Amino acid sequence: MTASVSSPVIQLSGITKRYGSTVALDGIDLDIGRGELVGLLGPNGAGKTTAVKLLLGLARPTTGSGHVLGAPLGDRVARRRIGYLPELFRYQPWLRAREVLTLHAELAGMPAAMRPSAAAAALALVDLADRADDAVGGFSKGMQQRLGLGVALLGDPDLVLLDEPTSALDPIGRTDVREIVREARDRGATVILNSHLLTEVERVCDRVIIVNHGRIIASGTLDDIVAGDGVRIRVTGLGPSGRSALDAFGPWQDDGEWATFRPLVADRIPDLVAAIVAAGGRVHAVEPGRGSLEARFLELVGHDTDTDGGSS
Amino acid sequence: MIVIARLTVRELVRRRVVWLLAGLTIVSVALVAFGVERLVSLAREEGLPELEIRVGVSQVLILIAFMFSFVLAMTAAFLGAPAIGGDVESGVALALLARPLRRIDLLLGRWLGLALVVVAYAVASGALAIGVVTVISGFGPPQPILALAFLAAQALVLMTLTLALGSVLPAIGAGAVAVVAFGIGWMAGVMAAVAAAFDLQSLAGAADASRWLFPSDGLWRGVVFGLEPPAAALLATGRSPEGLAANPFFALQPPAPAFVIWSGIWIAVVLGLAGWRFTRRDL
Repeated sequence: MTASVSSPVIQLSGITKRYGSTVALDGIDLDIGRGELVGLLGPNGAGKTTAVKLLLGLARPTTGSGHVLGAPLGDRVARRRIGYLPELFRYQPWLRAREVLTLHAELAGMPAAMRPSAAAAALALVDLADRADDAVGGFSKGMQQRLGLGVALLGDPDLVLLDEPTSALDPIGRTDVREIVREARDRGATVILNSHLLTEVERVCDRVIIVNHGRIIASGTLDDIVAGDGVRIRVTGLGPSGRSALDAFGPWQDDGEWATFRPLVADRIPDLVAAIVAAGGRVHAVEPGRGSLEARFLELVGHDTDTDGGSS
Repeated sequence: MIVIARLTVRELVRRRVVWLLAGLTIVSVALVAFGVERLVSLAREEGLPELEIRVGVSQVLILIAFMFSFVLAMTAAFLGAPAIGGDVESGVALALLARPLRRIDLLLGRWLGLALVVVAYAVASGALAIGVVTVISGFGPPQPILALAFLAAQALVLMTLTLALGSVLPAIGAGAVAVVAFGIGWMAGVMAAVAAAFDLQSLAGAADASRWLFPSDGLWRGVVFGLEPPAAALLATGRSPEGLAANPFFALQPPAPAFVIWSGIWIAVVLGLAGWRFTRRDL
């Protein structure tokens, strides 16, 4: 699946990554443009972290090619403009928070005169200014993740890759992260948010990419993914024969009293309601429009898994 | 590379490794001073000739150097094993290598930082021990600088091997393999001495080859040569040339210049292979 965006910040073409007999990524094509805030979703082992590592050159594709910020995957110069928070966020426990940031500023090639102010700005951004001179080893997991977020956003990079950035944070921290990534996007950075937390993605991302078994199974705006044309209807009194009669309206999900039909063009909703009533059902509610990302995610991943005949 | 070397030295200082090593050195040198003083005093009270006392002091110093070289080797292994391997396992390396830092620079920076600490430790501790023994006994080794240089080189070889293994293996595995290699190398050195004494050419050849494969023991012979009195002095005390040749704590000659050059090349080759493999490794 390909989404075309002009002058892409990330462009992947036919990327496959195998670890022995395990296929982590299977023919990924992807374009992500400047200023996009993209949520990368998928179940455990779907290939999300592998995809992020490939973008940074931490792993190499088995086949395929790609460019990040106009340079080939893993290009050293391009990495000056990339910020990264790994899923496994660990920083030198014997360094102070300020020193971690100064170190990364130096590694990123920032001029010496700019490093202290950049480090201070990053610490303030993640609300760690008052712990700047404390050793990282004494930080809680949440504070270390905040520090990692500060490291990723140090020096206002053009591309920010955040792998599970809120996994160790409390609800306040999660709210802060949402605000921080929005600000990064608003200043023109491209942000990739790799997360299991669908509600987080739903609240901040402009675009969602769902990965399963190493393949992109859906890509688009939240409206594209979640809404589509569909309807949720609360029905009672419908027997088995009546329920099977509803198959004529396309694929639908039976959740007890609630039935979700997607896709279904809006013009057919009256016909559907009439069919339910004709079959002896009582209609209590009709909710056209958008479902939740979680429901859509489960639907897509479940369908993909069923198609593959396995589970992830 | 320099950034990582500085970071490595700072880590060893900040984590109190350097201070721990300094403390251990002071304690061990104090014990050595006490032991040598007692031995020399007792020998003089017994009326032993000064030449015998000198030879005895040199043998004690070589034994101390052997124990110290073992401690140094273990230190080098324990420092080298987690330097890359530990960072990869913990995830610290992910954040570092996402920066415009070449993997080979991470490896060489780690090596340089560790090399500075290991060499400083070897030279400072060795010089202190030799100085104390010389002051107490009145006898100093003929070539202390040569001995210290070979001691430091031996530690560098082991640290290099451990660091290199740590870039492709888990840290604990890298340390274990390096320590075993050190032990096998020393045993090969003992076998070489035995082979020389009994004129066993094939065994001598195998032992000699092992020194070229892993130059730790060959460099140890340089330490021994720098610490022992001249062979003429040993022979004058009635020791047989065959017995000296079979003694793993005796070296008739220093390592050949070609071997010393090879040791430097060996370090470069091992680092190069580790860099080649580490650069291609998925993290």
